[in-house]
Amino acid sequence: MKRVAFVFVLSLFALCAACDREVVDPPPVDNTNNNNNNGNDTTPPTGNAVCLDITHVVGALPLRLDQTLRYQNLNGDSFSVELVKYYISNIVFMDSAGNTWAEPESYHLVNAADELSCKIYVENMPAGVYNSVSFMIGVDSARNVSGAQTGALDPANGMFWTWSSGYIMAKVEGHSPSSTQAFDVYVFHIGGFGGQYAGQRIVSPSFNTAQAIVTSTTVPLISVNGDINEWFQTPNVIDFSSLNIMNTPGPTSTMFADNYMDMFTVTSIQN
Amino acid sequence: MKKFLVYSVITLPLTIASVFTGCSVDSEIPEELTKEDVKFYVPSGFPQPAYNFAANPVTIEGFELGRKLFYDPRLSRDNTISCGSCHMQAGAFSHIEHRVSHGIDGLLGTRNAPGLWNLAWHQTFMWDGGINHIESQPLGPIANPVEMDENISNVLVKLRNDGNYPRMFEAAFGSDTITTQRVMWAITQFQGLLISANSKYDQVQRGEAQFSQSEQSGLATFRSKCASCHTEPLFTDDSFHNNGLSPEPTVMDPGRMHITNDPADSLKFKTPSLRNIALTGPYMHDGRFSTLSQCLNHYTGTMYPSATLDPQLTSGIPLTAQEKTDLLAFLATLTDYTFIQDPKFKEQ
Repeated sequence: MKRVAFVFVLSLFALCAACDREVVDPPPVDNTNNNNNNGNDTTPPTGNAVCLDITHVVGALPLRLDQTLRYQNLNGDSFSVELVKYYISNIVFMDSAGNTWAEPESYHLVNAADELSCKIYVENMPAGVYNSVSFMIGVDSARNVSGAQTGALDPANGMFWTWSSGYIMAKVEGHSPSSTQAFDVYVFHIGGFGGQYAGQRIVSPSFNTAQAIVTSTTVPLISVNGDINEWFQTPNVIDFSSLNIMNTPGPTSTMFADNYMDMFTVTSIQN
Repeated sequence: MKKFLVYSVITLPLTIASVFTGCSVDSEIPEELTKEDVKFYVPSGFPQPAYNFAANPVTIEGFELGRKLFYDPRLSRDNTISCGSCHMQAGAFSHIEHRVSHGIDGLLGTRNAPGLWNLAWHQTFMWDGGINHIESQPLGPIANPVEMDENISNVLVKLRNDGNYPRMFEAAFGSDTITTQRVMWAITQFQGLLISANSKYDQVQRGEAQFSQSEQSGLATFRSKCASCHTEPLFTDDSFHNNGLSPEPTVMDPGRMHITNDPADSLKFKTPSLRNIALTGPYMHDGRFSTLSQCLNHYTGTMYPSATLDPQLTSGIPLTAQEKTDLLAFLATLTDYTFIQDPKFKEQ
């Protein structure tokens, strides 16, 4: 329902823009319509593309964003998950001959509450047989020091620290009776873009022997599991009683970054 | 004589005009800006700026939009606080006579609002350097709960629903789409053009004026005892130092360490530029000193001992009474009256 309302508001804007006075000059630099899947262009491509379709889970259970304490981490804390957002950027595909293709302007904000954002269409790909992918969880350091960005990187998306410039690479929030915070909340915002406390991680979830065959008329569907429980385990077991709030780069934020490196598993590829 | 005639020819009609306008002198019609007015330039002797306007070229429309945003209280949650509330042109865009500023709901901050000038030359912003780009800077005070306490998404909604802004964004950026980036670009066009380079000090550098003997002696003292941090011509090294101030016990501001989490940065704050310093009191990151004499007395006094105290300040800065007098005379030459009176920076 929310989405319908959102699309409706968008259409209103579009209508208003359409019937507006004539536009004299093209904008000097107009990258307001970035290649991102945050609402601007929602028509799925019909070829020369792949779809990374992320299904979020918490361990063996599907992710449900509500206050029910249905999950348990490796430490034994029970918890709910109510918000999950993270960046996927700098997507690179490799074909069977070892050639790589990097998506230009590759910034995607995944919001578990927005199904659309969990299907990342990577478009304008050369036809080919691809057998691996790599991408960054988070935003590269360059975009953290380059001033006001737009599209997926718009600070209005709630993923930018205004007091200490830089993107929140990933965030998860919910409740846990183990937490010592008021109302038993836990809030983990993982940021920091440079030096020893950088929160970005480059990952390459394996295709195993599967391949994504891209042609001008096919869009392979790469199904990926994103396990939020991995944020709290391997290599660092997070104990919600001692660590339940984090909103600054530091030694604890890198524990989460090291943990979420293995959150993704490719479950199938349909060509 | 000829000069006098020319002068009269110019001023006479002006005088007549002002007689006719009489009591409406203050309700002046804003002057039309020219392209020259909004041209970014590097003053003679200045280094290359940190910010490159190539991706955000200044236009009359963009500058005017940025100026409107700078003075618009709708950037705050309850539409009461604008950037200009705490950054007043008469004080070189500092908050005149405010140790710290009162933001939304009368809440007080913990740090002194600095003056704004020559920002395009800065790599870092705020006393702790937490903001790393001039375009990202306005997001800090907008979101700060004791300053404007507003969500940038709400600001965008307010601007989109306004009767004038969409038209102004279209004039500035070619379409009426209002995004965070465009808001920040426009404010950057305004803030980036706050160039202060016409103080007596600058005029002396250009050979257009001469220092008095006291000012000249003050400059010599300045260069030998202050300039390693307050480096000419920007009068800041854009870096962070612990200058021996005791931490205020109710705040215990860690300074730069708040951003880096590095104990080596404890109690370090960004070196403020000394340009326009006579106008920007109270002084220091927490506004603890009301006068420049107090600042000098701090440096000749006992430094608060800590591991991060700047090594150059271990025993403070020795200054004779005469040196202090001369330094104050020199510092007064850093006031740029053209800058604080420039009509293009005024709220329209």
